[in-house]
Amino acid sequence: MSLIKEVDYGTKLAAGAATVTLTIDGERVTVAQGTSVMAAAMSMGTQIPKLCATDMLDAFGSCRLCLVEIEGRRGTPASCTTPAENGMVVHTQNARLAKLRKGVMELYISDHPLDCLTCPANGDCELQDMAGAVGLRDVRYGYKGANHLDGAKDESNPYFTFDESKCIVCSRCVRACEEVQGTFALTIQGRGFDSKVASGGVDFLSSECVSCGACVQACPTATLTEKSIIEMGQPEHSKVTTCAYCGVGCSFKAEMQGERVVRMVPYKDGKANEGHSCVKGRFAYGYATSKDRITKPMIRAAITDPWREVSWDEAFAYAASEFKRIQAKYGRDSVGAITSSRCTNEEVFVMQKLVRAGFGNNNVDTCARVCHSPTGYGLKMTFGTSAGTQDFKSVEKSDVILVIGANPTDAHPVFASRMKKRLRAGARLIVADPRRIDLVKSPHVHADYHLPLLPGSNVAMINALAHVIVTEGLVDEAFVRERCDLADFESWARFIAGEENSPEAVEPITGVKPADVRAAARLFATGGNGAIYYGLGVTEHSQGSTMVMGMANLAMATGNLGRDGVGVNPLRGQNNVQGACDMGSFPHELSGYRHVSDEATREMFESLWGVKLDHEPGLRIPNMLDEAVSGDFKGLYVQGEDIAQSDPDTKHVVAGLEGMECVIVQDLFLNETAKYAHVFFPGASFLEKDGTFTNAERRINRVRRVMTPMAGLADWEVTLGFAKALGFEMAYAHPSEIMDEVAQLTPGFRGVSYARLDELGSVQWPCNEEAPLGTPIMHVDHFVRGKGRFMITQFVATEERTGPRFPLLLTTGRILSQYNVGAQTRRTLNNVWHEEDVLEIHPFDAESRGIRDGDLVALASRIGEVSLRASISDRMQPGVVYTTFHHPNSGANVVTTDNSDWATNCPEYKVTAVQARRTNQVSDWQEQDRETGVSLRRIAREAADAAE
Amino acid sequence: MSDAATHAEKLVSMANQIAQFFKSQPHDEAVASIMDHLRSFWTPKMRRQIAEYLAAGGQSFDPLTKEAVARLTDI
Repeated sequence: MSLIKEVDYGTKLAAGAATVTLTIDGERVTVAQGTSVMAAAMSMGTQIPKLCATDMLDAFGSCRLCLVEIEGRRGTPASCTTPAENGMVVHTQNARLAKLRKGVMELYISDHPLDCLTCPANGDCELQDMAGAVGLRDVRYGYKGANHLDGAKDESNPYFTFDESKCIVCSRCVRACEEVQGTFALTIQGRGFDSKVASGGVDFLSSECVSCGACVQACPTATLTEKSIIEMGQPEHSKVTTCAYCGVGCSFKAEMQGERVVRMVPYKDGKANEGHSCVKGRFAYGYATSKDRITKPMIRAAITDPWREVSWDEAFAYAASEFKRIQAKYGRDSVGAITSSRCTNEEVFVMQKLVRAGFGNNNVDTCARVCHSPTGYGLKMTFGTSAGTQDFKSVEKSDVILVIGANPTDAHPVFASRMKKRLRAGARLIVADPRRIDLVKSPHVHADYHLPLLPGSNVAMINALAHVIVTEGLVDEAFVRERCDLADFESWARFIAGEENSPEAVEPITGVKPADVRAAARLFATGGNGAIYYGLGVTEHSQGSTMVMGMANLAMATGNLGRDGVGVNPLRGQNNVQGACDMGSFPHELSGYRHVSDEATREMFESLWGVKLDHEPGLRIPNMLDEAVSGDFKGLYVQGEDIAQSDPDTKHVVAGLEGMECVIVQDLFLNETAKYAHVFFPGASFLEKDGTFTNAERRINRVRRVMTPMAGLADWEVTLGFAKALGFEMAYAHPSEIMDEVAQLTPGFRGVSYARLDELGSVQWPCNEEAPLGTPIMHVDHFVRGKGRFMITQFVATEERTGPRFPLLLTTGRILSQYNVGAQTRRTLNNVWHEEDVLEIHPFDAESRGIRDGDLVALASRIGEVSLRASISDRMQPGVVYTTFHHPNSGANVVTTDNSDWATNCPEYKVTAVQARRTNQVSDWQEQDRETGVSLRRIAREAADAAE
Repeated sequence: MSDAATHAEKLVSMANQIAQFFKSQPHDEAVASIMDHLRSFWTPKMRRQIAEYLAAGGQSFDPLTKEAVARLTDI
C-alpha cells in the first residue's frame, strides 16, 4: 500500500473539442485549446517548478518560478498564465531558467525558517520540493535581514494551525477560500514586504472561516497544517473512500499510519466533490474512534436491567430466540426492521432481504421515511423514477437556480460551493425559504428574489409560480407537446390558471408579495436553463409529495428537463439515503422501486432466495409505532437510526418502543433508541467496512475499509449472523457478492460491479446494457414513464394551525457543523461551533415576550414542551421560530407533531404551532430524559470486567 | 379513548388526506386512485381496520373516502 497522490497539472485542464499542438522540450504534445503551457507540460509528464500554481485554482502568476522560454517571444513568461498555442516551441529547462528559478528560491528561503527536520510538513512540502528541484545550495542574502520568522501562530481552529512564519504569501489559501469554497474569509493584508494572509476576525475561529479545509489543502508549506499531522506526522498509505455525512457523498483519501487515520483529504478525482470538502467530512471523523463506541454485543431482559456484555454468538442466539418467540405468539407481522441511510447499499440490501425472506413479511422501512420519501413518490408519479434528474456538475450550466426549502451552505456545503461558483459567474438566483438563509446574501452572491414564504405554504407558492407561467404564455409548448401527456397537461393548465392560484390570491397564505412571485416566475421561465434544488423544507410537510409534484410540473412546463443545467434536484439528507431507497427499503417496494405486488419481479427474487415473498405492503415506521402502542407490533431491529431522537412526537415514539418486547439496536453508540432496547449489536464505522454509498445524484461510490471493525464484525456480517441464528442463512464472503446479487435482480444496477466501480471510479445509475457508463442526466429523450405526467396540485392547508395559545410557527433544520441527531459530530471538536441547540426568534417576537438573547425559553406546542436558549435573529421573519435537533436533551422532537405527508407519512417537521416564554428551568421531559439517560444505559460492571 | 380507537381515528384521518389529494380528479378516477393508493401502501390489516370503521358507520369519512373504502373488496 502506498500514498495516493493525484497529478497536479498546475492549472485546470481545459475541456472542449478544439485542440492545439505544441512542442515542449522537443516533444510534440496536443492539448485542448485553453490549456496552459504548464498543464500541457504536465500532461506529458514534465513538471515545471511552481509554488503559487495548483490545478484546483485559477492561474495567478505570482511566484515567478514557472518561467519558461518560448521561441519567438521575448522574456521568460510564466507558464501557468500562458495559454498553449499551435506551433509553439517551449523550453522548460536551460541554464538561464535555472538561474532565474534559483534566484527566486533564494529570496523565498531567505525569509523562511530552516527547521525542515522538525517541521510537520517535512516530506510533504512543496517549498522543500522546489528547493530540491532548482538545486538550491546556498542563500547569498543570508538569513539576518528583515524577515517574518517571528510571525504569530494562530491555533484557534480546533483542526488546523496557521503559522505565519512559514507563509510565502503565494495567495493559494486566499484564492482557495474564494474560488473553491466561495466564503472570502481570507485576504492578503498590507503591501509589499508587509503583505500577509489575514482572516477577517481576531483569529481563524472568530472569522467567517467555515473550516472546509480548502486553504489547508492548497497551502504549499506548513503554514496551514492539520493538527493531526502536527501530532502524528505524515501518513504512509491511503485509500479512496466516501464520506459518511450528507448526501453529497464526497470522495476522500483516508490517509493512514497503519490502522490510524492521520487525515481525510478530499479526492480530486471524486466526481461528487472534485477535491473539495466541508468541516464535517474533512475533519469531523474522530467519532469513529470515540471512547463512547460500544464494541461488545449486549443483551438484557428488560430495559430497566443493566446491559450484560456477551459474545456475538450469544447475542445472535438471544435476539433470534426472542424474534421467533414473538412471531410464534403474536404472528408473523408482529416484527419488522428499519434500515439505515448511513449504512452501505450492501448492508441495506441484506437487511431488507432478512425481513422479506427471513421474517416473512414486508415490515421494512428506512429513515428516508422521515426525510425524502415524498421525493420518491412525487418524482415517480410525474417522471417515472424516484430520483433526482441531474449530476452535480450540471449546475455549472444553469442560468437560473431556484432553491426551495433547502439551505445548501449549511446542509450540503460542498455542493453549495459549486452552486455559488456558478452564481458568481452570473447565474440568477431565486430563494423560497421562510428564513433569510446565507444564500440570500453572502459575499458575491445574492438572490434576485427571496420569497420568504410562511411554513406550510409551499404548494400555494409553487402553484402561484406556475400560474404566472401558464397565464402569461410562458409555457415551453414545444417541450410539453413532444415530451408530456397532453391531456394531463391541459387538465393541469386549466387548474393552475384558476384565479385561486394567482400570486395575489395566495398572498394571505404565503405572505409573499405578488409582484415578487410574478417576477421570479418570469425569470425562471425565460432566463435560460432553469434548475430547481430542494431539500427537506419541501418534503417534510403534510403536502410534501404534492409539492414535489408541483416542482416537477414547473420543470416540465418550462422545458427544464433532460439536459445539462436544468432539472429537479433533491438535496438528500444522509450519505446513503438514495441508496437505502434504491435497495428496496420501503415496505411496498423491492430493489429498483418495483412494487411487491408485481408477480414477475417477486418471482425473480423468490427463485433466487428460495422462499415465497409476501405480495402485500408492510408497515411504515409510523405504522409500526402506532401498532406497537396499540399492542400488535412487538419486535424491531433498528440499524444505524435513532428514532427516539430523530422522529417526531418523541413521547409517542418512546411509548411505541416501550410497548415492544424485543428491540434490537445496531449502532456505534448507545443512542437514545438504545435506552429502550433489549439487544445491542455494536456497529462499524464507514472506515471499518467495504461497500458502496449512493449520493443524491445517483452516484454509486466505493466505501473502502481502512481499519479492522472495532467490534470484530462489519454491519453486513452482523445482519448475516442474526439471520443465520433465525435459520435464514445468507452466504456472502464479501460485500461485492451482495452487489452482484443486487445487479442480478435490479435492472438499473445490471451493469454495476466492484470491478466496474474500480474501473470508472464511480457510476450513476441506471447503469446497464443501455448505459454501460451510467446516466449522469435522466429523461434525456423521454421520461422513464414515457410521457411526463402533470399532476394537479391543489393547496390544502395543514391541520396544524396557529392560534391564541400557540401563535408562532416552529420550523426545524440543520446547521453546518453538526449533522442530523449529532451522534457523530457531537463526539468531535465541532462542538466548538455549536454546543447546544438554540431557538432562533425574530427581535419583534422576542421583545413582545420579554426574551433577551441567551435567555432560557420554554417552547411549547400542543403535544410537548422543552426549554432552549434563545438566539435573537432578524433572519427569521416575525411569527416564525427555528431550532435544530442535533442534541438529544434539547428535545426538539418533543414538540413536533405526528402530522405527516398524505402520500408517504413523512412527518411534518417544518410546521408546528408553538408558544415561547421565558423560563428558569428545563422542562419535565428534559429532567426525566436526563434521568433515563443514565438509568437506562447502565452496563453491568462485573460482566464487563469478566469479558475483558 | 383506547389506543386502538386512537389508531383507527388516525387511519381515518390519513385516508381522508389521501382523498383530499385525489379530489381534483374526475370522480371515478379519484375513487380508483384512492383505492389504488390504499392497496399500494397500506397493509391489509390497515385496510381492514378502515373497512371495519366504515361498517360501523364511517361518520368521519370524507364522502370520497367512504366510496373508495366501500369498494375495497380484496382485503
